[in-house]
Amino acid sequence: MTDSKTAGDAQAKPGAKSKYDYSKGPLPLEINLTWCKACNLCIALCPKQVFEPDRDGKPVQARPDDCTQCTICWVHCPDFAITSNYK
Amino acid sequence: MATAEKQKSDVVLKYLRPKKKFPSVWCPGCGNGIVMGAFLRAIDKLGYDKDNVAVVSGIGCSSRLPIYLDFHTLHTTHGRALPFATGVKFARPGMKVIVITGDGDALAIGGNHFIHACRRNIDITAILINNYIYGMTGGQGSPTTPSAAISTTTPYGNAEKHFDPCDLAIGAGASFVARATVYHTPQMERLIGEALEHRGFSLVEVISNCHTYFGRLNRQGDPVAMIKAFKDNAVAKARAEKMTAEELKGKFVIGGLYRSDKTEFCDEYQKVVDAHLVK
Ligand SMILES: Cc1ncc(C[n+]2csc(CCOP(=O)(O)OP(=O)(O)O)c2C)c(N)n1
Ligand code: SF4
Ligand code: SF4
Ligand code: SF4
Repeated sequence: MTDSKTAGDAQAKPGAKSKYDYSKGPLPLEINLTWCKACNLCIALCPKQVFEPDRDGKPVQARPDDCTQCTICWVHCPDFAITSNYK
Repeated sequence: MATAEKQKSDVVLKYLRPKKKFPSVWCPGCGNGIVMGAFLRAIDKLGYDKDNVAVVSGIGCSSRLPIYLDFHTLHTTHGRALPFATGVKFARPGMKVIVITGDGDALAIGGNHFIHACRRNIDITAILINNYIYGMTGGQGSPTTPSAAISTTTPYGNAEKHFDPCDLAIGAGASFVARATVYHTPQMERLIGEALEHRGFSLVEVISNCHTYFGRLNRQGDPVAMIKAFKDNAVAKARAEKMTAEELKGKFVIGGLYRSDKTEFCDEYQKVVDAHLVK
């Protein structure tokens, strides 16, 4: 878990995040930060690198427009902390 | 996978016990939670009534899974989930009875119960979460700890041979046997669904990560590294049939491994009752 923490601090890549246009609807996923244990699985397994870790190592949707709703992040979240807005 | 199954990501939440504290007690990234999600989605897809499902477990990290679920649940003693489940099934033959167990729980202290449940072919689905070690008690070696692997009871490398739970179940008489991993989650969900629908004893072994003990002691890294290694080391059954023993070294075969439709124990028992006792 220490790995993801340092990664979060070191890589605050300015400009890497895309601005999300909320008029299109909500972000593709909802993250329950109370249940998330910062295990890094969703961040590492997402094939589109949608997430960046925050300072605690929890996922932030940094590139939401790249999400293909492939389901990989939420089927692998051991703590049911991710739900999809895609029905 | 890419053709996103239009499956709601929140079905799992319907089956969580309302009064339990979340998140779970498991270490961050522990595969037990991934199995729990796949199991609940499989149940939801089959549309079972919550009141007609009993989930039974023994003791271990994996065996803590049922305590979070809003079904009939029994959290019993170490190794004895299958005998308790057999009792439930006999008293309520119409009920779906599922056992969640670990490699230590099912194959060490509970090894005898395991082979006899297989032999009887009783209609129970066992989900055996195999993390190759005793997680809950601090990383002691289990009957599935591979040769040469490090555990706290085999600090210089395991001198024993290990059990293959699927081979053991097939040999002992189980009628549905499959193996999945926590990386191949949609496949795990499908196999659990097939096991639940199968009449007879069904085993789904799920290869899972205990990074806290097995991973750390054997330098296999964090949950991400361990789960990615399952992807690299898993071989689908069809492909494995074309591979040599040498090529299969260090790999494991996933998918549905065995299926037969032999007679089931409750049915056979009912026949005895009908023939001799009730007139
Ligand atoms: C009769 C008895 N003996 C020993 C124990 C201690 N004990 C608790 S859990 C466990 C092993 C658990 O290993 P496993 O079933 O592989 O589950 P995991 O924790 O790895 O998920 C042992 C030996 C116990 N609780 N009861
Ligand atoms: S659904 Fe797929 S693409 Fe979207 S964030 Fe999750 S893993 Fe990434
Ligand atoms: S997989 Fe789940 S628990 Fe792990 S970091 Fe992502 S949201 Fe948090
Ligand atoms: S000790 Fe191992 S099996 Fe137990 S919760 Fe932690 S990672 Fe999972």
